[in-house]
Parts: sequence; C-alpha cells; structure tokens
Amino acid sequence: MAQTIYDVIIVGAGSVGAPAAFYFSEAGLKTLVIDRFASVGQGSNKAAIGGVRATHSDPAKIRLCLKSIEIFSTWRQRYGDDIKWAAGGYCFVAYREAEERTFKELLVTQKQYGLSIEWLDRDALLELIPALNPQGLVGGTFSPDDGSASPMLTVLAFYRGALKERAVFLFDEEVTDVLVGGNRVLGVKTDKDIYYADTVVNAAGPWAREVAKMAGLDVPVVPDSHEAGVTEPVAPFLRPMVVDVRPAQGSANYYFYQHATGQIVFCITPELPMVGVDRRETSVFLPQVARRMVDLMPRLSNLKVRRTWRGLYPMTPDGFPIVGRAPELEGYIHAVGMCGQGYMLGPGLGPLLVRLVQGSLEEGDQEILDGLRPDREFKGDERLR
Amino acid sequence: MNRALSFRVADHPILTVEDRQESVFFWEGREMVALPGETIASALFANGVRVFGHHDKDGAPQGIFCANGQCAQCAVLADGLQVKSCMELVRPGMRVEPMEGRPALPEAEPATTFAPTRTLETEVLVIGGGPAGLSAAIELGKLGAGVLIVDDKHRLGGKLVLQTHRFFGSINACYAGTRGIDIATRLENEVRQHESVQVWLNAVALAVFSDGYVGVVRGGREYALVKPQVLLVAAGAREKSLVFRGNTLPGVYGAGAFQTLVNRDLVRCADRLFIVGGGNVGLIAGYHALQAGIEVVGLVEALPECGGYKVHQDKLTRLGVPVYTSHTILSANGETQVESATIAAIDESWQPIPGTERTFACDTVLIAVGLDPVDELYHKAVEFGIPVFAAGDAAEIAEASAAMFSGKIRGLEIAQRLGYSVGEVPPDWIRTAEILKSRPGATYPEVRPEEEQGVVPVLHCSQEIPCNPCTSVCPQGNIHIDPQDIRQIPEYIVEHTGKECTGCEKCVTICPGLAVTLVDYRKGGDPIVTIPYEFGRVALKEGDVVVVTDTEGNCLGNVEVVHTRMGKATDRTMMVKVRAPREYARQIAGIRAQEPEASASAEQYTEQLSEDMIVCRCERVTLREIKDIILAGSRDVNEIKVLTRAGMGACGGKTCQALIMRVFRELGVPAGEVTPNVSRPLFMEVPFGVFAGAGTSPERPHT
Repeated sequence: MAQTIYDVIIVGAGSVGAPAAFYFSEAGLKTLVIDRFASVGQGSNKAAIGGVRATHSDPAKIRLCLKSIEIFSTWRQRYGDDIKWAAGGYCFVAYREAEERTFKELLVTQKQYGLSIEWLDRDALLELIPALNPQGLVGGTFSPDDGSASPMLTVLAFYRGALKERAVFLFDEEVTDVLVGGNRVLGVKTDKDIYYADTVVNAAGPWAREVAKMAGLDVPVVPDSHEAGVTEPVAPFLRPMVVDVRPAQGSANYYFYQHATGQIVFCITPELPMVGVDRRETSVFLPQVARRMVDLMPRLSNLKVRRTWRGLYPMTPDGFPIVGRAPELEGYIHAVGMCGQGYMLGPGLGPLLVRLVQGSLEEGDQEILDGLRPDREFKGDERLR
Repeated sequence: MNRALSFRVADHPILTVEDRQESVFFWEGREMVALPGETIASALFANGVRVFGHHDKDGAPQGIFCANGQCAQCAVLADGLQVKSCMELVRPGMRVEPMEGRPALPEAEPATTFAPTRTLETEVLVIGGGPAGLSAAIELGKLGAGVLIVDDKHRLGGKLVLQTHRFFGSINACYAGTRGIDIATRLENEVRQHESVQVWLNAVALAVFSDGYVGVVRGGREYALVKPQVLLVAAGAREKSLVFRGNTLPGVYGAGAFQTLVNRDLVRCADRLFIVGGGNVGLIAGYHALQAGIEVVGLVEALPECGGYKVHQDKLTRLGVPVYTSHTILSANGETQVESATIAAIDESWQPIPGTERTFACDTVLIAVGLDPVDELYHKAVEFGIPVFAAGDAAEIAEASAAMFSGKIRGLEIAQRLGYSVGEVPPDWIRTAEILKSRPGATYPEVRPEEEQGVVPVLHCSQEIPCNPCTSVCPQGNIHIDPQDIRQIPEYIVEHTGKECTGCEKCVTICPGLAVTLVDYRKGGDPIVTIPYEFGRVALKEGDVVVVTDTEGNCLGNVEVVHTRMGKATDRTMMVKVRAPREYARQIAGIRAQEPEASASAEQYTEQLSEDMIVCRCERVTLREIKDIILAGSRDVNEIKVLTRAGMGACGGKTCQALIMRVFRELGVPAGEVTPNVSRPLFMEVPFGVFAGAGTSPERPHT
C-alpha cells in the first residue's frame, strides 16, 4: 500500500499541536496529527482555565502572547467560531509592599515591549474590581488587553480549521517510536502504523519527555499538577483575571476570572510542586483555595463550586518553554515545556513554527527562539510563573 | 389562611394528615403559606406554583424534575441565594423568587474567621440512610462497629418514606407485608439503638478524594472531611429521563418526584396525570395518585407487556386506569406547563404508527422509565483504591426488599473486612438476596377453586414474583409456596391440609398486591365476596353500589356493598363485602374507583406544540444537536460536551449521559467505540464559603 509522506507530523492534538496543525496546513504543508486521546484537546487543554496574557516578564513569551492575543481576538471575525474571547484584562493584586515592588519593577520591561499595563492605586483598583477586599489593599497592575477565552472551544476551532485545510488527525493512537535515519528524523511509529514525514514536531505537553526519548533526545520537561475548578454561573460582576501571587501556607499563587458563561474559573499553585502525572483530586484543594478566594473577594462566599479537576503543567527547570529545532536531530522540532501556559502560547507559536520549518523567520523571531532554545542552560527564573 | 384553597392532600387513606402550624413565606412578593419542615418546592406546589423560573439559554420555563436533589431544574432564589427548591426547607418569612436567567451574586460581608476544616475518622462511612444503608448499619451496629451514616434528606428511610403500600418479598427476610413507611420507622428505631452508629441528616457527600477522605457538607454550612476504613455507598438511584417533544415542560417529572410531593409532603401536585413507563415505579405511582385523589388518565408502556409486577398493574387497571402497552409518548403539550399529552402505538421497530395518535388532557406527565444507580462516589473510591462496597440500588437496581437484604449482606462483608469475627455470609442469605432481586417470571392462567361451599379464598396472583406473606398468616396453613423459592405462585391446598378456610381475612389483609379475595357461600344464595380496598374509611359504606372487576380490570357488573370493616388488624385497608352473583363471584378481584370518563381522550389529537426534545436539561441541549455531532463522526462524549455543553451543567451529566449513550446506540454506534464522559467531582454544588469555613461572627477565646 502506498504510504502518504507528510511534510509535518505533530505529536499531540492539544493547545500547542492543534494551532500548529492549523497553521502548517494553512501554509500548504501536508500535516498529520497523532493523539493518544479520543478527540482534540483531551489532555491538558481541557484542564486550562482560559487566561491569556501578554504581560509576562521576558521578551519571548511577551512576543508570542501578543501574537496569540491578536489571533484570539480576531478569530471570530476571521473564521466565524465563537471561542468566547473576552478582553477583560489581567490584574495582579498587591496587598504587601513586596508584591508592589515586584510588579512595579516588571512594569518597566513590560512597557519596553509596548505592553499596555498600568499600576493602579488602591482606589482605582477598587473602582475596577469593587468586590475586592479593601482591607490592606495597596494596589495592583492592570493590563486591559489581556483576556480569556474557552480553551476547549479554541482547540476545537483550530482543529476544525485544520481539517478544512486537509490536515489529518488520528485519535486514540499512540506514538511509540520516532524513526531516525542517520541524524535525520524520518517519521513516527504508532501502536497502529508507521508514518513518514520530513519534520516531526513534539507537542506532547506533559508527555513531551517520553516522546523526545523516542528520538534519543532529552528535554527537561517534568509535569506537575495544579487543581482547578469552576462555579455555577451568575450575572457578570468581575471583568479581569485576578492574580494573587502572595505565598501562603500550602500554596503559592492563585487566580480566577469570570468566564463568558458567567462562571468563575479558578486555579491554585501548590507550595510544593505535586510532581508527576497523577491527576486524581485531593481533599486539600477546595478548603485551601476557598479560604484565599473568600478572603480576597468576600462576595464569593455564596458562590457555589460546581466542578473541580487537576491539570498538568509541563514544567522546565527555569520556567520557560523549550521551542526550536533539536540541534542533534535534523527535522525534529521541540514545542514543549509550556509550564502551564500552552493555551496562551499555542496560537502564537503556530505561525512561528511554520516560519521555522519554511526557513522564513521574521524580525523578532530569532529573539524568541534564542530565549526558548532547547540547548540553553536553564539558569534563569521566571518571575511571573 | 384558607387551607381549602391550597393544593394539599386533605385526607389520605394511609398517611396521617397532621394539623401543623402554618407559616408565611413570599413568592415574587406574594404571601404564601407553608407548613413546617416543608421544602420550598413542595410549598410552591401546595400554593399552585409549578413554574419556578426560566432558563438562561432560551427562556424555557423550568419546574421540578427529580425532587431528589439530583438535578437542578427546580432552582429558585431563596433570600437572594440560588438553591435547589426540592432540598431547601422553607423558613418563615423567606423571600423566594424565580430563577430568571443568571442571577446576581449577592454581596457578602468579609469573613472574620476561617475555621479549619473538620476531619474525622470512622470505621465505616455509609452514604445513604435508606433501606440498604440502614440495614448494613444495623448489622455493623450489632457488632459495635463505628458507623457514620450521612443522608442528604431531613429524615432517615430513603425512598421507603414514600412507599405507602405493603412490601413484597419474604416475610422472614425483609418485612414483607408491612408498608414501606412503617419499615422506615422500624429500621430507624433499630439503627438508633446502636450507640456506635451516628447519623448525620441533611448531610451531602459530595466527593471522594484520592487521599481517602470523603467530603461531606452538613446542614448546608459545615464542611467535614471524613476518612473511613471502609466506605459503603448506599445512595440509591436516580430516575432516568426520556427524550420526547416537550420533555422539560413544567409538569413533566419523575414518578419518584411525584411520590415525594404526594406521599412525603402530602401535596396534591396534580389533578390529572399521565404515566410513561409500566415498571413497578410507574405502576405504584399511579396507585398512589389515586389514593391521593388524583385522576390517572392512563399509562403507556413501550413493550408489549409491563415490566412491573402484574399484581401492581392489575391493581391499577381494576381501579379503572387504562394501560396502553406497545405505546409511547409523542409529546407533552402546553405553552408554559403541561396541558395535554399525545401518545401513539408503536410498531416492532419502536416507530410510532401514523394514525394511532391520541391526545389526553392532563396537567402532569410522570416519567417512570427506569432508574440508574447513584454510584459516582463508588466508582471514584474504586479508582482511588479506597475499600468500598455498594448496596441496594447503588449496586443494582431492584426492589427495596432486595436493597434491605443486600445492605444486610454488605454489613457482614464490611465487618469481615474490618476484622470482626463474624464468619462467612450464610449461603442462604446470598440465595435470598438473589431471589429478592429477581425480575418477574412467567405468568400462568389464574387458578380459581371450583367448590361452591364454605369460604374460598381466590388468589388473583399468577405471576412468579418473590413474595410470600400470604403463606405465613393462614391459621389453617392452607396457602403454600415452597419456602425454598418464594417466587412460585401461591397455591390453595385445602385438599392437602383438610382444614377448611375460616374466613379470617388475614390473607386478604396482608397481600401487598391486594390480590386475595374471599368468596363466602355459607349463607346460601348469592355469595359474599370480601375485597381489599385502600381508599380510606369514608370511601365506601353499606348500601353503596359499586362496579366490580376481574383481575385485569374488566367490568363484571354492579353489586351492592353489604359490609365494610377497617380495624387495627386490617391496617388501613378496608375489607369490603359485596353480595355478588354466583356466576362471577369468584372472578371478582377489585372495585373500580375511577370513572371511565376520566381516561377518555380528547376528540382531536394535538399537533406537536413544542419542538424541544431536550437531552441535557441543565444546558438545554437538544437531541438534534447531539445526533448531528455523532453523525459527523464524533465518538467521544467529551467532545460532545465541549461542543454543546451537555453535561457541564449543575447536575454534571447525571441525567443526560445515559441518554447520550442511548443516542449512540440508536444511531448504530457500538458502545465499544464510544469514549465515555470523564466523571469529575463535585457531585453536588457547594458554596466557597462552606469550604472556606468562613464566619462573620468571631467567637475568639478571651486571653
């Protein structure tokens, strides 16, 4: 039987793989996507809460997310799908001098990259978010161009777009080996078949390290997990994503926003990382996150929690993604280690990966690729994880 | 307040209508009357309110569906907060408003205290204080094992408290012949005798966590984490839904919901109802309706035979309710609530046969198309490797008699697991459990004694079901069922015993199917027939002329009542004696209670008024939407969820998931190709403030 030879094979149909598939196929490349789950976005995409911000602390993520925001915010008018984009902004709240100082320092870099972000004092912040507990509130940053969308509807929109562009998706199929000839990638082997391509993109999220190993490569991606939840819907009362980075007993930062459906979606980072792929819910999460949220926003006290889940963050040692060609293996591209931000980075990454494969990098691309290069030393530390 | 104007059951043949102190609450600002301990839903129904709000998505009117805390269709705003009206009790002065779209989140004072989450350990945590859970707890209590029972209702007994009829089953094993409501009281009394057994009422188990804790919200305010050595899930069942046009109109709800309103809360929630489904639940609901003075227009069953016990069906048809087998409901019709229902005959491939449509005026359509186990927490515990057992309907849907026995067995198995020296479960227990949960077997022609002298009992009981109370009460030992298998048909064995029937009427009284009559030839002339009748003391009196029917409800003639008796020994069942002609005296099985006009169809059938065939009630997702996605190739329920939000609502897919799987089946997709929905906690919605232990009135110790 004649085997189709693809231009690109993407491992993983999630937050990174689905947009990549869309842009590759839109650019005319014959694209195959393989995913172990039964449909699109069933790994970590559906565990994402939907926040999208360009207000990071480094140029690579800022540039990528600016591109993502452009894609999110224009998707509906360009392609028709309602992905529930809402430019509600992001607000990092400060109740202590320590946070005030960090945020103000970061503002300098963020403004350098042309981000729309301002420091709001206590009163201005309370005007923006009247539900905040005023007691001890110092102020906070507000970046109005950031926002949120539905991760699941977004990944589905990319998937459908890619299908229209004749990308091929194989679900319920697991990549078991990466085929290598000399120092060049040839394709992949799955539990069902063998597929050939010039380029293989690893977009396997928390399972990225396993997939890299199949090609004889190592990427320092270790998944840990965060618990998240969603409430019943209520009338709109909260516009921005609220982020509180203060550490507390048992937890680091937590964040929440009101989704287009009227539901509050929330997530907390445990103080000590829960390393591994265990996604079973724990009894610790709800009392922990509820106390902090009710303290920060007393009005939430009467809001009912509907559902909770645990999602995986594919972490890297320095908190930054790993994106680029594998220096050791021709045709092999890493798009991994998104550190829990694959949903907001994925759309922006798509066109960059296309340019990388087609050898048509634009101004600014190199700065991103330098920052996220696979062979870096991983010595930095992301300050706004 | 004038109670006569309210929709309450004023008089009930089995239940006691207590005179309770009324209180006032407000619905949309209007003053209404509630009774103490009444849920908001019941109080609203009692005041004639059946539409509780309108859905955010399409403005569809919303009413109750499960009345059991499982769905969230009955949500209202109570003093500003969203609550399930079927679970929340009315407080005097409460201001209740309809749920119109998405409500505003009320303001709240900043919390001044955050109480640490209470944690406790127990040997056994029993989720559900119904027949299965209580029976298990009694076994464990006898051994002194530490048991905590949590139940989401305000009293123990589970669905036993809705069952006004006498129970089937084995008189030795499960209180057969006793009314469900009375069994509830007995089990509760027994469980309360054991000091090692604690009971939390109004306590909802909302999640099992991988660290071995079970999250329980007590009294709606206190969150506790309970760590059991062994978990028993005895949470019962929830009612299945059915897809047809108008299936979410207010007035379409579960048969169990109906029994809750009528039998638990004594609310006359309907005037005329139509029943969909001829299993025991539907058949019994019809009987309960008639007892509460509600007309039953008819019952449809898609299969050629009802699946429930024949004696239950006979009871209904004898009273005058038509049962339409090989029929289905096409639509519930009405603008804002049910005004009529349209049915049609179906062919062998389940398709409605054109030209057979008929419409019946009614205000309520009861869905009784089966039950699904409430077993989410069981499966989570299995996934997490927590020692867990399931009993009763949560393990396998069957009669409450079987639930009690399975609870008893689980109790012993749990004791073994905990290391108590209790020995093995006796093999005869296991056999009894098997027998009790068996479905009805073959039906035989009715055997009637031929002699026309003395007193002759006629057993209008010709289907194999697990039931034997009649054999235990006959002082002459004249009624026989092989004790090894109580599913056999009872036989009248006077030739064998040689002891004549004394006419003591004990068999007539105790038969749960009301399927025993006595024909007394002793006085010569026309014989006197004793018929059991459960419509209260004033329903019939000497001198009344009644229509008597045979076992299946065919009219035999008009006869005169010559005597009625209702005493302590007959336990709320009236013994009605009629004088009847010899030629059909032995055929008489019952007295018609509902006139044929009540079940007449409308002259014209109603063209479908509503186009909505809803699969997911919470998010109002239609059958068409689901079908289109499946036809486009989707095989993952999670994908359907993303595309439609089916299963993302308040109930978390409790009603729609089974329906979605059914749509796959109907479209010819094998179950093996379908990826099921990922089940996630919480299984009940709970406010942040409860998890946070938030308090606003600090009680700090003085230093």
